[in-house]
Amino acid sequence: MRQDLAIIRDWIPQGAQVLDLGCGDGTLLAHLRDNLGVRGYGLEIDQDNIAACIEKGVNVIEQDIDEGLGNIADQRFDYVLMTQALQAVQRPDQVLSEMLRVGREAIVTFPNFGYWRVRGYLFFKGRMPVSRRLPYEWYDTPNIHLCTVRDFDTHCKKNGFRVLERRVLNHDHRSALFSQLWPNFFGELAMYRVTR
Amino acid sequence: MFDPTAPDSVGLVKPALMHFDEPLELECRRVLPSYDLMYETYGTLNAAHSNAVLICHALSGHHHAAGYHSPEDKRPGWWDNCIGPGKPIDTNRFFVVALNNLGGCHGSTGPGTVNPETGQPWGPDFPMVTVKDWVTSQARLADRLGIQRWAAVIGGSLGGMQALQWAIDYPDRIGHAAVIASAPKLSAQNIAFNEVARQSILTDPNFHGGRYYLHDTYPRQGLILARMVGHITYLSDDAMRAKFGRDLQSGRFHFGFDVEFQVESYLRHQGETFSRNFDANTYLLMTKALDYFDPARNFDNSLETALSHATCQFLVISFTSDWRFSPERSEEIVNALVAVDRDVSYAEVDTDKGHDAFLLDIPEYTRLFGAYMRRVADELENA
Repeated sequence: MRQDLAIIRDWIPQGAQVLDLGCGDGTLLAHLRDNLGVRGYGLEIDQDNIAACIEKGVNVIEQDIDEGLGNIADQRFDYVLMTQALQAVQRPDQVLSEMLRVGREAIVTFPNFGYWRVRGYLFFKGRMPVSRRLPYEWYDTPNIHLCTVRDFDTHCKKNGFRVLERRVLNHDHRSALFSQLWPNFFGELAMYRVTR
Repeated sequence: MFDPTAPDSVGLVKPALMHFDEPLELECRRVLPSYDLMYETYGTLNAAHSNAVLICHALSGHHHAAGYHSPEDKRPGWWDNCIGPGKPIDTNRFFVVALNNLGGCHGSTGPGTVNPETGQPWGPDFPMVTVKDWVTSQARLADRLGIQRWAAVIGGSLGGMQALQWAIDYPDRIGHAAVIASAPKLSAQNIAFNEVARQSILTDPNFHGGRYYLHDTYPRQGLILARMVGHITYLSDDAMRAKFGRDLQSGRFHFGFDVEFQVESYLRHQGETFSRNFDANTYLLMTKALDYFDPARNFDNSLETALSHATCQFLVISFTSDWRFSPERSEEIVNALVAVDRDVSYAEVDTDKGHDAFLLDIPEYTRLFGAYMRRVADELENA
């Protein structure tokens, strides 16, 4: 079980209503369904992923997050998740406020661009960082709105979102001491639970 | 290309006729005292009678959905792409039932069959039948075949509407509904196209008020026109461009009104073929059934309330270039289902084939549909 998925599982109560934005192959939703009796839907645009969700019996709806969530009623869901997709959407700010319109709480995870290795890459090599988490070249990356832990904290403060939980995982997907003390430097993956 | 002996074909099939003597009260308040339903089945009903799948046909469809009636048949059933061993609706796993709906012209009781009270063809006296009436008659067919609950009810276009109606009217008797290239009700534009088709039939001098059988003729020209209009709405602009462009039959202009462009030739050919094989009164009835379909109407015009009566799981599929029932129409269904917390998966298949796409073998469509149906079959076997 991936550590980040385990943390999300701990954050979500039994039987919650969940919407997963960019749900991928449905692994997370299937896991939440099987372990917590969660009722959920995933939004996805990739055909292979949609087929994989259908095979898992996960409710999947073909919908582009960049076109908004206007078809979903206010507060329809308990939790709206978006794992590793924040940096790839056109307007992360709008997606975040939509998440908190259709859901009571939002759970967001993203690669932290303030991570020391990323900083080092840019500092020493003078080139756009490429790593296991960011495996793309500057010209073909889907990650068009990379941000840091500090950026995200600032954004939440400015918009009046309350951060209920923040976990920052290091390279080994662990919450180690260093990444607790200096999350924006030692954290590779940021995980947030926020509400209005 | 078409081979009854192919391993993925259901092969040679024989239709069967089921006679019903219990009167059927219709939505229009009239009663059919007795009636016949023509149907075909493929695959084997399991011991638990749990693996049955109902195929609902669209406007011009019938019971012959897959396989061949004889080795000489030029073409297989209308949905042979999707029904057969190893195909999305896998006849190795499912017992598939396809019928000709009431009011049809392929063996089920309809305007062209004899009204026992008069000894004459029903013609225009045949009652208006609705999607709801069809579903009621299909439920009775299920009873006769020993099927208490369908594993899935599946249909495209008007067939998808029947699947939706099944989900609402008989929630205990359906496990899954697959609603393909369909809509929760027709738009004004859809009704308008249907009206043009009807008027071309009704105004044909050979229509004789629907009693053309007695004059040993039929409204051929009206049917041709109706089908031509229909075909334009089934294809997309891009599909027409790809298929015909502005190609000329003879390569030059003739400055007359005979067939010159290939698209004209295609439409006339389609219309003529159709006019020989389809009954005008049935066409009128089927287009009215389309127009009247609106399950929300009985629930304060709320599709959400209507669908909250459903308990089955849904698969909804639309096609990007379908402008007869556009993806937005499918999304209305999906949004209503999400609002009332029903299980639904939805895909919008990228294709230029227009509304016709639901009948074609489009890899992405076949794959998603197949994945869904495999899961339905797995559920049954693990139950």
